Formats: sequence, structure tokens, C-alpha cells
Amino acid sequence: MAQPPAFVFNILETPEDQGQDPSPYDESEVHDSFHQLIQEQSQRAAEEGLELRVLPQREPGPETLGASGSGHQALLGPEGVPDYSTATLRILASMPSRTIGRSRGAILSQYYNRTVRLRRRGSRPPLGGVGRSARPSLRLYDLELDPTAFQEEEKRTLLVKELQGLTVAQRDHMLRGMPLSLAEKRSLREESWTQSGKQRGPQGRRGLLPCCSRLRYACGLALHSLGLALLSALQALTPWRYALKQIGGQFGSSVLSYFLFLKTLLAFNALLLLPLLAFIVGVQAAFPPAPADSVPTFTGLELLTGGGRFSHSVMYYGYYSNTTLNQLCGPPLDGSQCTPEAGGLPYNMPLAYLFTMGMSFFITCITLVYSMSRSFGESYRVGSTSGVHAITVFCSWDYKVTQKWPSRLQQDNIRTQLKELLAEWQLQQGPRSVWGRLRQVAILGFVWLLCLGTTLGCTLAVYAFSELMIKNPVSAEREWELLALPLVVCLLNLGAPYLYRGLAALERHDSPILEVYVAICRNLILKMVILGILCYHWLGRRVGALKGQCWENFVGQELYRLMVMDFVFTLLDTLFGELVWRFISEKQRKKRGKPEFDIARNVLELIYGQTLTWLGVLFSPLLPAMQIVKLLVLFYVKKMSLMANCRAPRRPWLASHMSTVFVSLLCFPSFLGAAIFLCYAIWQVRPSSICGPFRTLDTMYEAGKVWVRHLEKAGPRVSWLPWIHRYLVENTFPIYLVSALLLAVIYLNIQVVKGQRKVICLLKEQISNEGEDKIFLINKLHSVYEGKERSRVGRAQEAEMPPTLPADERDAR
Amino acid sequence: MGNKPAVFTHEQLEAYQDCTFFTRKEIMRLFYRYQDLAPQLVPLDYTSSPDVKVPYELISSMPELKDNPFRQRIAQVFSEDGDGHMTLNNFLDMFSVMSEMAPRDLKAYYAFKIYDFNDDDYICAWDLEQTVTKLTRGELSAEEVSLVCEKVLDEADADHDGRLSLDDFQHVILRAPDFLSTFHIRI
Repeated sequence: MAQPPAFVFNILETPEDQGQDPSPYDESEVHDSFHQLIQEQSQRAAEEGLELRVLPQREPGPETLGASGSGHQALLGPEGVPDYSTATLRILASMPSRTIGRSRGAILSQYYNRTVRLRRRGSRPPLGGVGRSARPSLRLYDLELDPTAFQEEEKRTLLVKELQGLTVAQRDHMLRGMPLSLAEKRSLREESWTQSGKQRGPQGRRGLLPCCSRLRYACGLALHSLGLALLSALQALTPWRYALKQIGGQFGSSVLSYFLFLKTLLAFNALLLLPLLAFIVGVQAAFPPAPADSVPTFTGLELLTGGGRFSHSVMYYGYYSNTTLNQLCGPPLDGSQCTPEAGGLPYNMPLAYLFTMGMSFFITCITLVYSMSRSFGESYRVGSTSGVHAITVFCSWDYKVTQKWPSRLQQDNIRTQLKELLAEWQLQQGPRSVWGRLRQVAILGFVWLLCLGTTLGCTLAVYAFSELMIKNPVSAEREWELLALPLVVCLLNLGAPYLYRGLAALERHDSPILEVYVAICRNLILKMVILGILCYHWLGRRVGALKGQCWENFVGQELYRLMVMDFVFTLLDTLFGELVWRFISEKQRKKRGKPEFDIARNVLELIYGQTLTWLGVLFSPLLPAMQIVKLLVLFYVKKMSLMANCRAPRRPWLASHMSTVFVSLLCFPSFLGAAIFLCYAIWQVRPSSICGPFRTLDTMYEAGKVWVRHLEKAGPRVSWLPWIHRYLVENTFPIYLVSALLLAVIYLNIQVVKGQRKVICLLKEQISNEGEDKIFLINKLHSVYEGKERSRVGRAQEAEMPPTLPADERDAR
Repeated sequence: MGNKPAVFTHEQLEAYQDCTFFTRKEIMRLFYRYQDLAPQLVPLDYTSSPDVKVPYELISSMPELKDNPFRQRIAQVFSEDGDGHMTLNNFLDMFSVMSEMAPRDLKAYYAFKIYDFNDDDYICAWDLEQTVTKLTRGELSAEEVSLVCEKVLDEADADHDGRLSLDDFQHVILRAPDFLSTFHIRI
């Protein structure tokens, strides 16, 4: 690091200065003239093409200015060097903001301040808090006194003295965080050690107090290392890291967001499956019920229809017993309760089924809301709606990349990202006339009407077909006819989005993001309405139609069939849709070339599949496992098709908020709908009487009520649980109270955020004003010195004048 | 471990441990990496603190820095005289700052110095153009590069003097949640 220059600051006051300009003490005049002065200065600066760029000074002497100036001119660029006087430049070079990086003295004094504060407070300062006061205060640059009193050596000794007053751990912490070179840190450390009077040998430092703080720090460091090791292990476990990087580099972050969303869904399904496997499926598989009379043999059709052999397996609700498992009873004496023999752990299956379902949905809900709020918090920050360019330029290069090919991928990534940002910004530039806007609105309304009409048509078609299926029940030999309804649903789900895409070509949106959001909205409405009709069909009509049979199994199988057909159609669409399109466009050699990856449609398909899983998990506990397998296969198929057949989006757009949108869509229509379906099925629908764990009850929820009544009889020790059930769950008043509290908390948070935003605006304005003040003062300073220079030159010329008077005599000669 | 002569004295190792974010083992590992760069130049005995500098060409051939577009600036910022030739102290300092335990302020300070190509304590438009060109391997057009620089100055320059000071830069860094993980070299 360079040697800091010695700054000499002299304000020379000459009598000519006073009286020319309004002094700061004439406040009323100053107020009016300030604005004028600022305008004058900025005009003058603009005329001369002045920008506030001052030459960095290596040495203060005026004779070396020329040399250093020309030396750095090549670095600074083509603009002309502002013609400030050397005195002005000297003053500018000693400004506090300018000496941070260069002068070791400034750093030393800055850390002197920190250690003083630390010693006074007696505790470690938060790093974030101290960082804001990075500029040494003007106090240290005493303008009136001789600045040689605060030379660097003085500051250094002050800092060393302060360091001695700290404990070992604090001293190390302070030393490590200093932006000085390692050699300087070592010398500071040595000086603070030797002068502290402690013994330098290893025995001295193993004293009691340093030992404890050292132990504490070592523990903290060990925990930190453990946490980091765990994190790196987790990162190593996450699959597809290189594949995702490859996709992101070649196709941009928008396409990558689809694959990241797929990965998130995989995690959600794994989270859902674990409790189900542990508490329901595993236990029932260990204690199978009595086998049914006639179990059909396995034919291949079961994989598609889900019936047949699969009906009598852990896959469906009907298999689960409604008794307490593993309870080996002796013959009941006088009708009393069954007492378990030694060694058995009774397991109440209906209760376990109910609670596990409720618990897994609750865990999924919490995880969804948490991830939604976290991604929301990461993408939206108070007061910083802009800043994305700066963050991209400064914070997006990953220094961990160590090979050539990934490094190039990353550069491609950043280039694509910057291009996306610029494209989005440029699209906001064009103005539009009123007539054009009206036309746009009319077209928009018309297209929306057509789309909603299509949705209604599809819904009616599904309803009519489902009624038809009820009227003509399918016999056991023609099970493949059961696939008719899923087929119709899938065909409609496939065809309608293409229609929407065709209709969307009529409207012309400003930003591609809006296009995608509108497409997502329309597709979502279609899918959710169709699913709603199907839910009504199952819970409203099928329950009545299938009296005496196991309707839950039927609903579970329907959902299985829907999932399988959806998967098959997705594969066909991916393989044929994109492949065929590519061949067509290649044959015709059109300008458009390969097809684009349709993000909206693909994301909606993922959300639809996940909704089916959540709807069906009550009736088929192994459905999440199927969904996991489906997602795994889908990842590889989609990636393969993407690399082979598609190209990067034509109009690159920013995908920074897409993950937030996807998770929100997953939470609100999808999970909420499934949760409502589940609650209705548990609370309102009568379970079938011949199969499943709730066959003797009025509703599924009654299993819980039965258990609570059992607990009430059990004795006073567990009386708090029935009390909670009676007063908090069955009573409606606590719910109202909790909702009111939540609303109040939300409102308060909104007000706090509003206030913070206002404060940030005010602070930004203040910084901007300070900047203007600074420019004004610098220019004023320059004009003061220039005036003095001119007057000095003028006086020198006057002094030379008398010798030139006899010149006409010389001329006469 | 019997006859092998010690590389550092006990006090030297303690000093390194106290002044960097590394443990004893990591410091030895780093020393051997440093020594591997120039086996003829770097002695195996540092007890007398020899004044040895490994030239920049060898430093930039390290696998961790080889493909980094900012490797020249990194070496210049951390070297003694700003020429890229590094002593062992500079080497340890560099990897200590780029390690995962360095605090945000320290990293922001050095990141600022790295992106300040002309060493004038401000990131001006020219510095930004250099940064963007290096980030994109020169594949953006000149117009796009200047547009990006303009946008960055609009967003980050709070006092409107046409360039970024350390405060402005730290303000940008505060808004980026993943700066700590990207400004990190694993060794």
C-alpha cells in the first residue's frame, strides 16, 4: 500500500475576499442566493464540461502535479482534466471521504474510534452497526490546529493503547476485521502484546481469563465449522447442481425457474410422504388385515387404472383396518375392555390415520407459507425497488467457479441477465396515444371473454361426461372404460391452452412478464374450475351412487388415473409437440427456428399435478410416492427435450420474482383448494361402512371425538386435553379472537413498512442534497483560489509595468 | 514429525492464527500451496521471515484464480506494491479475506478496491465499463455496456457526483443477500 501523503491545510484569508460574496451569517440573503448560486455553478460546470473528477495525488508538490496528472490521464478517460488550482486539489485530497482507502492513518483512526467505543461499552459492537460510521469524523481533522499533531504514528500508538485494553478474543476479532495488510496486523498485535506487560511466553497466555475466552471462542468456532460442514454436506446431497447451472447458462434464468420449481415440489412431496410412510403405511404393512375373499390377479391394466390388484393393497384407503392393531387380547371377560398382553404396543389405526393426515397437511401448510414469505422477503425489500443492475454487476460473479467451462457458462449467464435487464428497461420507454390504449383495452376484454367462454364450455363438457359415467356404470370386465373421464379431462387441459395461446397472439402486451402472468391466470382458472367440478362429482354424486360399495377407494383410483393420464399426456406433448415442431420449422427453414420453452404452461402442469396429489392423499396414502417418481422422470425428459429442441426465449425477460409467484400460486389456489376438500371430506361426508378405518363412524372426525371421550373417562390426570378440545376446538370464540389478533398484527406491520419507506425516501433526498452542497463548496473554493491567483498575477504584472515605460524610447531608437 | 524442521516458529503460527481466519492446519496447508507454486523460490524454512515474492504469473496460474476474469485485480489489490507479486503474508491475507468467515464489511472493502481499476478510491464510469466488459467476456456491444454503467450509477450513486464511493458500494452490498456466498474462494 502506498505511503500516505502529508496534508497541509492552510486557509489564507485576504481582505479582498470579504464583502464580495454573501456571508453565511446573512441568512435571509443566503437562502435566496443559494439556489441562484447552485444554478450558476452547475451551468458553469456544464459549459466547461467539468465533471467532478480530480486527479489522485501521490505527492502534494505542485511541480509533480503535471507529471502525475499526465500519468493518470490515460487511465481516467477522454474527458479534459478540470483545471483546479493546486491548493484546491490539496484540500480535496484531504477530504475525509477520499482518505478511507488510501491512508493507513485514516483506517487506524477509524479503528481507534471503534475500540474506544468497544471499551466503553464493554461488549462487542455489532459489525453492521459500526460499518455505517466508516468515515472518520471531522474532529480528527482539526482545521484550526496544526495537523502534524495527528500524524500517522500518533494514531497508531493511540490504537495500540486501545487494543491493550481489550480482552484477547475482542482484540483478535478486531484485528481480523481490519482492512490492513497482514504484516501490519502482526506488528500491531506484537506491539499491543509487549506493551501490555503480560508475559510473552506460552505459559502467560494460558492464564485463567484468556483461557476461558479462548475456550469460548474455540467452541464458537467449532460450532461454526460444524454448521458449515452440515451445509456443505446438504449442498452436496442436492442433485442436479451442474445440470441446473448448464440450463441457466444456456437458456437464462426464466427457464431455470421452472426446473428450480420442480426441485421444490420434489422436496414438498418428500416431506409429505415421510410421516405417511412412518405412521400409516409402514404400520399397516407390518400388520396386514385379514385377506379378502377374492383377490384378482395382476394384469398390466392396473398400472393405468389403479384398480384390480391394487385395490387390495396399502395403496388405498379401503385396505386400512378400523381397529387397534397389535393388541393381543385374551377373551373379553364380562364384556369389559381388552387388556393388552405384555410386549404389545397397541396402535389405534383410525386415530393414527386421522392425525397423520392432519399433521402432514399442517406441516406442508407451514412449510409452504414459510417458503412463500421467505422468497417474498428476498425479492421485495423496503425502499429498494431499483438496484438490480448494481447488484448484478457487483454481486453476481461467483468467485468459487474454478474451471474454464463453468466460468464461461457463468459469463454467458451474466451476459443474458444484463441483456434481460436492458430489454425490460427499454420496453418501458415507448409512449402511446389514447386511441391506441382504448383499442388495446377493447381487444383485451374481447379475448378475455372468449377465454372465459372456452373455460365454461370445457367445464360443462366435463360435467356432462361425468353424469354420463354415473348413469352407465362400468362393469368389472371393461375396466379400461374407466379411463374415459381422465382422458376427456386431459384432452381438454391440453387443447384449451393452445387455444389460449392462439388468442393471446391477438393482444400485444408491453412487457413479456405481463403476457406470461395473463397466460398463467387463464390456464389456472381452467384447471381449477375443472378440478372443482370433479370434486363435486366425487363427494356430491359418487358417494350417493356408490352406496354399499367402497367409494373412497373409487375416488382414490380416479385420482390415480388422472395422475397417470396427465403424466402420459405430458410426455407425449413434450416428445411430440416440441420434436415435431422443430422438424416442421427446420423443413420450412423459417426465421423463427426452434420453438420456445413455454414456461407458463409447464409450470401450470406441475401445479396441477401437485394439486391432484394433495387431493388424493386422504384416499390413497402412497400417491406422493408416485408423484416423486413422476417428477424425477419429468426432470430428465424436460431437460433432454429442452437441450435438443428448444432455444432461449426470444424476448429475454427477468425471472427474479417468478419463483415467488410460483410458490404463491402453489399455496393459494392449489393447496387451499386441497385443504378445503380435505376438511369437507373429514367433517361432512359419511365414510363408507364396509371398508377403511372409519367404517363404523358417522364422519371421519368422529374418531377424534371418540378418543377424547375415552380420555375423559380415563381420569383426572389427562383432563386438560378434553378441556382444550371442548373449549378451544369446538367453541368458535377462540377462532374469532385469533383472527382478530392476526388482522391487527398484519395492519401494524403494514404501517411500520410504510413508515420505513418514508424514512428511506427522506434520507435519500438528504444524501442528494449533501452531494449538491459538496459540489457547490468545491466550486466556490476553486473560484476563491482562482481569484487570488489572478490578483497575484495582476499585482506581479503591475510591478513589471514601470520598467516597460521607457519602451517607446527604445522603439524610437 | 520427528526430524522434519519446523516451517514457522510457534510465535509466527500464533500470530497468523490471530490475524487471519484460519486455523493452524489451514495455514500449513496454504503454505504448502504457496510453496508448490514456486518450489525453487520459496524456502521451506520461514523462521527467519525471508523476503520472498512469488511472481504474478505463477499466482494467476492457480486453479482457483486461473479462470477468474478479475484475477489480475485481485493480485494487484493484495500484493505489497500493487504489481501482483505476492509474499506469503499477502497470500494468506488474500485467502483469509476471501474465506467464508470474513465479515461482510471487510469483503465489501476489498471488493470495492478490486473493482476500482484506476485506484482513485472511487468507482467511476470507466471502472464500471471495465468491470462489465470483464464480466461478459466482451460480448456486449459498447452501447449496451455504457447503458448498463449508466443504470448502475443511477441506482447506486446517492450523492450524484458521477461515481461510487465506498459508502455507496457498501449500500449496494447490503441489499444483496448472496454477496457473502459469491465473494468467496474455497481453498
